[in-house]
Amino acid sequence: MSAIRLDNLSISYGDTTVVHGVTLDIAEGESFALVGESGSGKSTILRAIAGLAPEWTGTIELLGRARSHGVERAVAAQCQMVFQDPYGSLHPRKTIDATLSEPLAIHGIGNRDKRVEEVLTAVGLDRRFRFRFPHQLSGGQRQRVAIARALMLEPKVLLLDEPTSALDVSVQAEILNLLKRLRREQGLTYLVVTHNLPVVSFLCDRLAVMRHGRIVEVAAVDLLKREALVEPYSRELLAATEGRAGLLDGVA
Amino acid sequence: MAPMLSVKNLRVSFPTHRGRVEVVKGISFDLGRERLGIVGESGSGKSMTGRAILKLIRKPGLVTADRMDFDGIDLTQQTEKQMRAIRGARISMVMQDPKFSLNPVMTIGAQIAEAVVTHEKLGRGEVRDRMLSMLEAVRINDPKRVAGLYPHEVSGGMGQRIMIAMMLIPGPELLIADEPTSALDVSVQAQVLDIIDNLVTAKGMGLILISHDLNLVSRYCDRILVMNAGTVVEECAAGQLEQAQHPYTRGLLAAMPVINETRDELPVLDRSQWAGT
Repeated sequence: MSAIRLDNLSISYGDTTVVHGVTLDIAEGESFALVGESGSGKSTILRAIAGLAPEWTGTIELLGRARSHGVERAVAAQCQMVFQDPYGSLHPRKTIDATLSEPLAIHGIGNRDKRVEEVLTAVGLDRRFRFRFPHQLSGGQRQRVAIARALMLEPKVLLLDEPTSALDVSVQAEILNLLKRLRREQGLTYLVVTHNLPVVSFLCDRLAVMRHGRIVEVAAVDLLKREALVEPYSRELLAATEGRAGLLDGVA
Repeated sequence: MAPMLSVKNLRVSFPTHRGRVEVVKGISFDLGRERLGIVGESGSGKSMTGRAILKLIRKPGLVTADRMDFDGIDLTQQTEKQMRAIRGARISMVMQDPKFSLNPVMTIGAQIAEAVVTHEKLGRGEVRDRMLSMLEAVRINDPKRVAGLYPHEVSGGMGQRIMIAMMLIPGPELLIADEPTSALDVSVQAQVLDIIDNLVTAKGMGLILISHDLNLVSRYCDRILVMNAGTVVEECAAGQLEQAQHPYTRGLLAAMPVINETRDELPVLDRSQWAGT
């Protein structure tokens, strides 16, 4: 069964259509990356799946069930999102404990105390962080809390929107290791948005290159590692990552 | 030849409840007409070093140095008024995010023109010609149209190129670029750095490129200083970065995933060894 299936998905904000007829099939347990420059619509796809961009047409299927345009509890329980900026995605006046307990309260799940402790251990945070506020944590610790919050409801699918781009390289390595371990331990499916191709190479099995709201190429990560992507735009993106500039003149 | 900029034992500190905390702990370096990269993680003091050179650290921050000479001028002894004649005209700085560094209620043309008019007495027509040719130099197509736009009407990459135009138009001898591309897309980053590189080389200027990205710095600089917790832990030629000796530099290099990644787990820095960041 596929974890996420998108069929002819178009998404708009008001009168502007930002994603045009995207079709994708992501298997359960797979780690899939969406790459492309800003404005290519990659984050918008994530937002539509999570229910944050309700103006879409086409089909979004999660674990075999079509998603409606509204807020769905069943979807929230199966599919959670981690945002880019750990400084902006945690409530500044709620303790870590309150942030982590809230999803359980909303979904009426008991045994909260034990569950919070388990998840904190899973993301590698000491118990002493539990009653702190976000401003008392470093960027890497906050991103761990954001991942912990997403894991509270034991979802099957995680949507990761640039999960490490606001972090230092050494902290990025810690978070990437954590995400890789969690996926192995809990059998999660990842849909990762990033513009960092080395991160894709480390974390993902397949990738889709997007440009101007359309998918240009879908490839296995092996092709990326061998630098054998086919489409000219994908090759340009690869070249830009390695600092061979000049190819992208006119794109900006 | 005497170096253009010479810094000896530079210290920057800020007061906290537990006494003064030094964020830059006595660093020294010389800079000729070359490209120097300063790399380090958040909190390593790299940006503070750049700001201290321009005396942009406000009270209660405190800057001390045994020597901070720029082209024979002792920067530590300059008054605020004298500094204003140096800032922009002789040493200028490109900041990280064009969204916050451009004036939102002034057209781009007017902002760039203001940078020249502050330092030189020129006629209106001449100012306009300089402004348009500078916009062309940073590879903006149709400079006449762009000069009339407001900052919110241009993309991030274009905004950063406009910042560069503004910083270079008075013809400074030293450019300090503080994370000039970290707010930009990968695809635009290389382009912006190329523009900086070409202009700096063509005019024979000095460049200090401050960044957290080791690879990027090694690509665009001649020499690299690696900073951690306020001190310089390693200095090397950009080409020899792969042979870096210090465990911190080696750790940073290893922690970065590569395009043909085969490692199952990335090595992580042992933070207990370097208290601080």
